[in-house]
Amino acid sequence: MELLVAAVIGAMTAGGIYLLLRLRTFPVILGISLLTYAVNVFLFTSGRLTVGAPPVLRDTLEVYADPLPQALVLTAIVISFGMTAVVVMIALGAFLGSDDDHIDDDPHEHDSHPVEEQP
Amino acid sequence: MTHWLIAPIILPALLAPFIVLAARYHITIQRAFSLAGVVAQVVIAAALAWNVSDGSVLLYQLGDWAAPFGIVLVGDQLSTLMVLLTSVLSLFVLLYAIGSGCDNMGKHFHPLFQFQLMGILGAFLTGDLFNLFVFFEVLLIASYGMMIHSGGNARLQAGVQYVLFNLIGSTLFLFALGAIYAEAGTLNMADLAQRVTLIGPEETVGIRIAAVLLLLVFAIKAAVVPLHFWLPSSYAEAPGPVAALFAIMTKIGAYAIIRVYTMVFPPDLEVTAGLHGQWLLPAALVSLAIGMVGVLAARRLDRLITYSVIGSMGMVMVSIALFTPEGVAAALYYIIHSTLAAALLFLIVDMVRNARGSVELTEQPAMAGTALVSGMFFVGAIAMAGLPPLSGFLGKLLVLDAGFDTDQVAWIWATVLISSLISILGFARAGSIVFWKAHSIEPPEVAPEHAPPGVLSAVAAGGLVTLLIAHTVFAGQVHGYTTRMAATLFAPDAYIATVIGTPGKLSTPKEEEEK
Repeated sequence: MELLVAAVIGAMTAGGIYLLLRLRTFPVILGISLLTYAVNVFLFTSGRLTVGAPPVLRDTLEVYADPLPQALVLTAIVISFGMTAVVVMIALGAFLGSDDDHIDDDPHEHDSHPVEEQP
Repeated sequence: MTHWLIAPIILPALLAPFIVLAARYHITIQRAFSLAGVVAQVVIAAALAWNVSDGSVLLYQLGDWAAPFGIVLVGDQLSTLMVLLTSVLSLFVLLYAIGSGCDNMGKHFHPLFQFQLMGILGAFLTGDLFNLFVFFEVLLIASYGMMIHSGGNARLQAGVQYVLFNLIGSTLFLFALGAIYAEAGTLNMADLAQRVTLIGPEETVGIRIAAVLLLLVFAIKAAVVPLHFWLPSSYAEAPGPVAALFAIMTKIGAYAIIRVYTMVFPPDLEVTAGLHGQWLLPAALVSLAIGMVGVLAARRLDRLITYSVIGSMGMVMVSIALFTPEGVAAALYYIIHSTLAAALLFLIVDMVRNARGSVELTEQPAMAGTALVSGMFFVGAIAMAGLPPLSGFLGKLLVLDAGFDTDQVAWIWATVLISSLISILGFARAGSIVFWKAHSIEPPEVAPEHAPPGVLSAVAAGGLVTLLIAHTVFAGQVHGYTTRMAATLFAPDAYIATVIGTPGKLSTPKEEEEK
């Protein structure tokens, strides 16, 4: 199971980084989302993988799951969800304002006249 | 246990929603509450700093849960100094924003400003790495809103870059936290400092990766080359007062590096030997060089200032990267100076933008209120370039002095001195083009309407100038204080003992029934 989870995290991270290196906002945002999924699973596994164990300590219990990473993951999920929403809105605003969704610095950036329409 | 330690976080956290809910249509009420909040913040921060100036450590356990199980806030000399610096800076920035009317150009400037303060102050006060992440996110999400305040296409495009880069940084931060938790089983900094010393030399892979990832995250925040690419366009496109407030944000990265890499991963720790101790210094020297060359190469005044920020962060990091008490003491002195000088310059750029219509480094007719603005630019440029008599010069001397006894003395001295010369050239060129040559150009027949900077704006910038002068005059006292602080940073026993040793709910011993 460790190998499976590690492979999934690795695949998602690799895909996320590949998409991050694109030039346009949409793939980059997808890449960020993939990366946050990967990091959420990674945080889960940082408390070691246990199956079917409760996260609450009781007297008779031998095996239990570490509850702290689960709390951390919840926080991380909420934050990354909110951040993704923000970046989508800002990227949408930038795209609608300038008809250009490149995220690199393009040489016409500081011209006062708008970038010409591509046919 | 004093409750005042959490006041710098609670106050803006309550004030911001109050302003949104109760005063969203009344800019005057918003300004009054925001200003009152920041003034109260300065008072609280000064009291906290005074309280710990004898070397004691303040601890606040949320819900009375003892560390490492509960969340703690810790106020030692370093945190409270940074809190005080942030509060004072925010006061002048807010005055400028009100004076220039920038806060009224879009909605919700004041709530975002307060949330930003909450994040920054929380990041300085927390004693827990995960909460450092949470407060980073609070300050970042507020800064996203502040950066694109009052809109504009160039600003939005720069905003997208800024947000995406920081999202990647946050993801890296989470990876680092996961790795640290998997290796050490704790994220409380004081607890972590004790536990990493127990890790055997044969199992260092995970913790070494975590240490490097964490350093990368903080280096992104501190804009160390090659992780500085987010800074120039985002700071240049942000509204002037916002960029001035952002001057403290790069210092958060420096603060986090000082905190974590003196206490948790100190330079003499075997587990992480040969990592940051060796690699941070070259990166810092390159940042210093690239920043100052950027000052000379810039074609716009705002870009020029952003590169000088990168350069001054390089100077801070050179001093930190020595990982000696002298180096950290010099770095702390320089951090205060560089925050004030960068904020002053960003405010001046905004004045130039308002009074002149553009910040291009081209010859244009003289602008309104040129005498005042050029005088302040002169002071700010002297401070930032590190010429006598202002604190930049003293800070640079301290950095040079700290680097004198090391093996890399030739590299440090050569880079610092040559890059200073380049930055002096860059600032002199910019100042002469914008302010002096303007007088040799005939003003056009129909002069465009640009108002000179208002009284309140001038007062705010003048206040920063006064602080810079005070930082120079009282350099002996300030450096003495940072030297004592650096000594406690490298011997964090009091910090760790306070955090771990203070009893809370969980530490009252009960009968042990299990086993």
